[in-house]
Amino acid sequence: MAQRIDFILNDREVHEALNPGQPVLDYLRGVAALPGTKEGCREGDCGACTVLIGELNGKQVRYRPVTSCLMPVGELHGKHLVTIEGLNLDWLTPVQQAIVDRGASQCGFCTPGIVVSMTGLLMQDGQEIDRPGVMRALSGHLCRCTGYLSLKQGDEALREALGGPAGIRAMLKRKLLPDYFAGIPERLGKLPPPAIPTEAQTQVYFIAGGTDLYVQEEHRLTEGQVEILAQRSDLKGITRENGRIAVGALTTFEDFASHPEIISLLPNVQSYMALIASWQIRNRATLGGNIINASPIADLTIMLLALEAELVLQDGESRRTVPLRSFYRGYKEMDRAPKELLAQIMIPTSDGGSQFHFEKVSKRKYLDIASVNCALRIDLAAGEVRQVGLAMGGVAPIPLFMEQTTQYLLGRPISTDTVQGAIDVAQDEVSPISDIRGSAEYKRLLVRQLLIAQFTTLFPDELSVGSFYDAY
Amino acid sequence: MTHIDAAAHTRGTSQFVDDVPPPAGMLHAAICSSPLAHGRIRSLQLEDARAVDGVVAVLTAPDIPGQNCLDPREPEEPLLAEETVSYAGQPVAVVVGTSGEIARLGARMVRLEIEELAAVTDPKQAYEAGRIIGAPRTISLGDVEGAWAQCDLIAEGTCNIGGQEHVYLETQRSRAIPLEAGRLRIHSSTQGPFAVQKVAAIMLGVPMHRIEVDVVRLGGAFGGKEDQATPWACLAALAAWHTRQPVELVLNRAEDMRMTGKRHPYVSDFKIGVTREGKILAYKVWHYQNSGAMVDLSPAVLERSLLHSTNSYFVPNVRVSGACCRTNLPPNTAFRGFGGPQGMFVMESAIARAAELLGLPREELQRRNMIRPGDTFPFGQQVADDHASRAWDQAAETYDLPKLRREVETFNAAHFEIKKGLAVMPVCFGISFTTTHMNQAGSLVHVYTDGSVGLSSGGVEMGQGLSTNLVRVAARGFGIGEGRIRVESTNTTRVANMSPSAASSTTLLNGNAVLLAVKQIGARLRSVAANELGHADADKVTIDAERVLYDGKDTGLSWKQVVTAAYRQRVALSAHAFFATPGIWRAEDTATGDLFAYHVCGTAIVEVTLDCLRGAYDIDAVRIVHDLGRPLDDLVDRGQIEGGLAQGLGWMTMEDLQYDEQGQLLSSALATYKVPDAFFMPDEIEINFLADADSAVGPYGSKAVGEPPLMYGIGAFFALRSAMRAFRPDYDFPFTSPLTPERVLMALHAPAGRDGGQKDGQVQAVAEPVQPDEQAGIEHR
Repeated sequence: MAQRIDFILNDREVHEALNPGQPVLDYLRGVAALPGTKEGCREGDCGACTVLIGELNGKQVRYRPVTSCLMPVGELHGKHLVTIEGLNLDWLTPVQQAIVDRGASQCGFCTPGIVVSMTGLLMQDGQEIDRPGVMRALSGHLCRCTGYLSLKQGDEALREALGGPAGIRAMLKRKLLPDYFAGIPERLGKLPPPAIPTEAQTQVYFIAGGTDLYVQEEHRLTEGQVEILAQRSDLKGITRENGRIAVGALTTFEDFASHPEIISLLPNVQSYMALIASWQIRNRATLGGNIINASPIADLTIMLLALEAELVLQDGESRRTVPLRSFYRGYKEMDRAPKELLAQIMIPTSDGGSQFHFEKVSKRKYLDIASVNCALRIDLAAGEVRQVGLAMGGVAPIPLFMEQTTQYLLGRPISTDTVQGAIDVAQDEVSPISDIRGSAEYKRLLVRQLLIAQFTTLFPDELSVGSFYDAY
Repeated sequence: MTHIDAAAHTRGTSQFVDDVPPPAGMLHAAICSSPLAHGRIRSLQLEDARAVDGVVAVLTAPDIPGQNCLDPREPEEPLLAEETVSYAGQPVAVVVGTSGEIARLGARMVRLEIEELAAVTDPKQAYEAGRIIGAPRTISLGDVEGAWAQCDLIAEGTCNIGGQEHVYLETQRSRAIPLEAGRLRIHSSTQGPFAVQKVAAIMLGVPMHRIEVDVVRLGGAFGGKEDQATPWACLAALAAWHTRQPVELVLNRAEDMRMTGKRHPYVSDFKIGVTREGKILAYKVWHYQNSGAMVDLSPAVLERSLLHSTNSYFVPNVRVSGACCRTNLPPNTAFRGFGGPQGMFVMESAIARAAELLGLPREELQRRNMIRPGDTFPFGQQVADDHASRAWDQAAETYDLPKLRREVETFNAAHFEIKKGLAVMPVCFGISFTTTHMNQAGSLVHVYTDGSVGLSSGGVEMGQGLSTNLVRVAARGFGIGEGRIRVESTNTTRVANMSPSAASSTTLLNGNAVLLAVKQIGARLRSVAANELGHADADKVTIDAERVLYDGKDTGLSWKQVVTAAYRQRVALSAHAFFATPGIWRAEDTATGDLFAYHVCGTAIVEVTLDCLRGAYDIDAVRIVHDLGRPLDDLVDRGQIEGGLAQGLGWMTMEDLQYDEQGQLLSSALATYKVPDAFFMPDEIEINFLADADSAVGPYGSKAVGEPPLMYGIGAFFALRSAMRAFRPDYDFPFTSPLTPERVLMALHAPAGRDGGQKDGQVQAVAEPVQPDEQAGIEHR
C-alpha cells in the first residue's frame, strides 16, 4: 500500500515509499524522528501538532498552518512540510523571543505548535500583525498552563521585529526565517508529478480535508487504501456562472471565506468562520467534506441550506444536480450513489435586497460544536417577507431546512406576532434529542431563542427582544 | 528572568519522555481496559491478541510477580483487574508489541467477558448504600446547634459541584528500561517519582533500590500525575520485566480521558445562620464526595475541603462533615486546589444565598466576616496575619470596587437582555501537606571544578517553574550567575524518598533544601577563601557576583579560583541537604493543629457580561490582589496566577464532565470536553501583589503560588449569578456547577416554581445524615 511520495521536509528532500493514509504527525515523530511536533489530542482541537504546509502558487510558495494529526501523508506530495525544527535559527526568532520574554511558555508542550502558527502568520503577505492577527494564529491552540494573555501580548514585539509588512520576503531580509526558504519555490517546481494511483485492490476511502474522518476512523484510513481528493484541482475554485456562485467541493473553509464573491454575498462570513473553525482547520476542512460528512450540526451546511444551494454530483462523465435541502434522507443518509462525488456547490446570488445572518450557541463560544445553530436568508418587499431560507442544526437527524416555518413566514410582515407564530411552527418542525450538546428541552428553548435572535438582529428597528418577554 | 527552559520549549528541543530517541529494541505497550463500570470478569481470552503479528506479550494480573496493587496501603485495589471491574477504563491487560498501533490492535483483540453489575455513579446513593471509604469526617468549632437560635436568618441549600478533567497537554506516559542485575530504570511523566518507585518495587517484588525513577519534565500535570502516573509507569515496568526489552507506554487522549480520574464532583448540603447585621454566626455543611472506585487521594482531598470550608471568613460556630463515597467512576484524584475549591464553593454559595435573603450585596456579607489576626480556623490554628482582609481592602481600593459596582448597575438599568455581573472572590489557602510528615525534602548540589553547578532536588518540573526558582535560589545563595547553574532531572538515586510535587509546596520544600546544601558548600568555600587570603575570619568572606569579598571589599579572588582551590585542598564540593517545614504539627489522627506553615490570601474581582437571550457569556475582566510574598521570579509567579485562574474559570463555566448512569464517560474527547481558549480568557487580567507580605518560611521570602489562584475562578460563578439575578431578580437559581450556557439559559427561562428549591428563612430542625464522630486517620496528606 506504500506509495512513492516526493516532498520537501524542512531543508531536506524526501523521495520515499510511504503509507499515504498515515497521519503526518505519526510520520514526523515515528519515521522522520522529529519530535518537536507534539501529539496532544489527535482530533485537531489542541494545535500541539501544528506544522506549515507550503504550496506553489505561481512563483511563490504559500504557507498555511495545519494540524498534522488530521492530514494524510499522501497529500504531502509536491509540498513543503515545515516543522518547528525547520524554523529554528542559531538565535531565537522574534516569535520565540516574544514567548520567552513574556513568560508565555510554562510546561512547553503546546509551545512548538504555537510558534509554528505565529510564524505562519508572519509569513502571510498583507497580514496585519495586531491583536486580531495574533488571535487568528492562536485560535486553534490550547494551552493549559497560561491564561493566554502573555501569548496575546506578543503582537507589539512581533510588529517591531518585522518592521514593516508581513511576508516571507520581508522575513528573509530581516533574517527571521532560515535562508533555505528562499530556494524552496524552485525546488518544489522540480519535484516529479504524483505517481498515478494503481487500481484499488480493496475498499477505497475518499479523503477530502480529513478533519472529521481522521477523528472518526483513523485506523481504517491508516490501514486501508485511500484516495486523496485534495490533489484534484478540478474540484477546487470559486467562479460565477449564470447568476450563481459555483464553489468547487474541495474549496477549503479559508478559501471560501476569503473569496470576494462570497464576502459580497455574506459580508460577515469571516466572523462566522472565526466561531466555527480554527485557522488550521479552516485550511483543511472543505465545503464538500462538510456536506458529505452529513453531521446534523454542520455549521457551513446550515448556512448553505439557508442560501438554498444546489449540489452537482458527478460519476465519471455523468453529472446531476440536487437541491441541498432534499439531499439528506436520514441520519448520515444521502441522495448519493457510492461512486458519486460531490463536485460543486451552486449558490444562488441575490439581487441585493437579501439579508443573511448566522447564529450559533455552544458550550464554548469559539471553536466548539454547536448545541443549536441557525441560518436565515430573507428578502422583504413592502415590509413583507418575499423570499426566505431558514435552516437549523442540532434539532433533527439531518441538517434541517425549515420548510414549514419558511412557508409560514412568506408574505407576512416583520412583527413580534409573525416571529412568535414562526416559533410555534418551528417547534412542530424540529425533533431534537438529548445528547452531550444539551438536553432536548434546552435545544427546543434554543430554537425559540435563536429565532428571536435572528429577527431582532436583522430587524432592530421593527423588533426588540423585550417584546418577547412580557412575563418579566 | 523567564522560565529557564522557555527558549528550548519554543525551539521544540525540550525533551519529554517519548521525545528521547528510543533505545534499540524498544517495544510499545497498550492497555486493554474494562468497557463496563461494574462487573465480574467471566473470562479473559488472550489467544487472539497474542496471534496479532508483532504482538510480543499479553500480560494480566497473574503475570505480576509481586503484589497486584495500586497503592501498598490499599492491598485490595489492583493494578490489573482480576475478578471484578469497578469502573469503565480500568486496566485488565497490557499488550506489548513492536509499535503502538500493533499493541493497540492487540488490545482490541483481547476477549473479555464481563457479567454486568449495577453501577453507582451518584455519591449520595453510594453513601446510602454504605459504600464509603473510611469513616465520615467532621471538623467543628464552637456550638453550631446552639447557635441557630441566635440567628435572624437561616438559609439552607444544596450545591452540585462538577468534576474537572486535567487536560494536561502531555498525556500519561512512561518508558521502562531493563538494566543489569535485575534493575529497571523508569522514565515517567510523574509528579511523584517516589510513589512510582515504591509501587513498582512492590509490584515486582524487589527492593526499592532496584528501581530507578527519572523525571526530566512534565507537559503539565495539575495533580493528575500525583498518584495517577503510577499505574502507567508500573505497567510499562511490568512489560519491560517480562520482555527484558525497553517498553514505552503512552496513553492517547481518548484513553487518558477514559482511564484516569479527575477532580472530585461533590454534592454538598449547607446551612448558614446570620444576624440581621450580616454577621455569620453558624455554618454547617455535609459533603458527599464522589470518590470514584478506588481510594487514591480521596480522603486527603476531602480533608482539605473540610479545612477550607470557611475560606477567608471567621465563623464562630462551624461543623463541617463529609464522606468519601465510593462510586463506579474512575478513581478521582488530586487536582490543583485539592478539595479546597469545593469547600470554598459551598461557603460562597451559602453566603450568596444568605445575602440574597437579607437583601445585602453579597460582597458586603463577605467583607463583614473576613478573618482577622487572632481568629481561629475551624481546625484550631490561629489566624496569624491580616493578609486576607488587607488583600480585600487593597483590591477594593486599587480597582475601585464601589465604582465597578455602580457601573454594572447603570449598565443593567439601561439594557434588557444583556446584563453585567460582578463578584468578589477572596481566597485563603493553607500551605503545607496536611499530612505533616510529607513536609520534607532533600537536595544534592555539586560544584564542578570549572565553577559550574549541577543541582538535584526531589521536586519535579511540570511547567510551574520549579527549575527557574531553584536556579534563582542557588545563584543567590552562592553569589554567582544563573548561567552557571543547571537543574538535573529528578532521580530517585540522587534524592530519595521525596514527597510528590504537590500542595503548592514544591518550591518551599525543595528550594529550602537546595538553599541548605548551597549554604553548606558556601561555608566551606568561605573557609577556603579565608585561608587563601591569609585571613582568619571566614565569616567576613562573602561571594557576590562571582567575586570573593572580604569585609565587603573585593579581594581579587574569583568564584572559579576559590572553587579550584577548594578542590586542590581536598574540600568537598558537593552537599546533600534535608529540609523539614518547621512549626507545623497535627494532633494524632485528627485534622487539627497548626497544619499550615502559612496561608496564601488574595482577592479577585470578576466581571462578566451575560447575553440572556442566548445564555452565552463573556468573562470581561478579572482583577486580582494576590499575596505572593517576595517572588523569586515575577514572571513565573504571574504565569501561575493567570494559569490557575484560567483553570478555575473553566471549572466553573464550560468544563462539563459528564458520565451516563452506567458510568460511561460522555465528555470523552476535547471535542466534547471544552477548556478555556484564547478567546474565552479575558484580555483584562490585572494582577497586583499584596504589599508587605513576605513569608518567613519560603526561600528568600517567597510564597507558594500553584493552587490558590485557581479559586479566584469561583468568582465567575457568582458574577454570572448576579447577572442572572439582574434579569430575573426573584428566582432562586440552583448552585449547580459548571454554569454552562445550557444551565444559564434553562434557569433564566424556567417556568416559575421550578427553582433551586433551597429551604430558607426560619429556624428549623434539620434532618441530616448519620454523623459518627470518628475521625478516620488520614494517611495521604
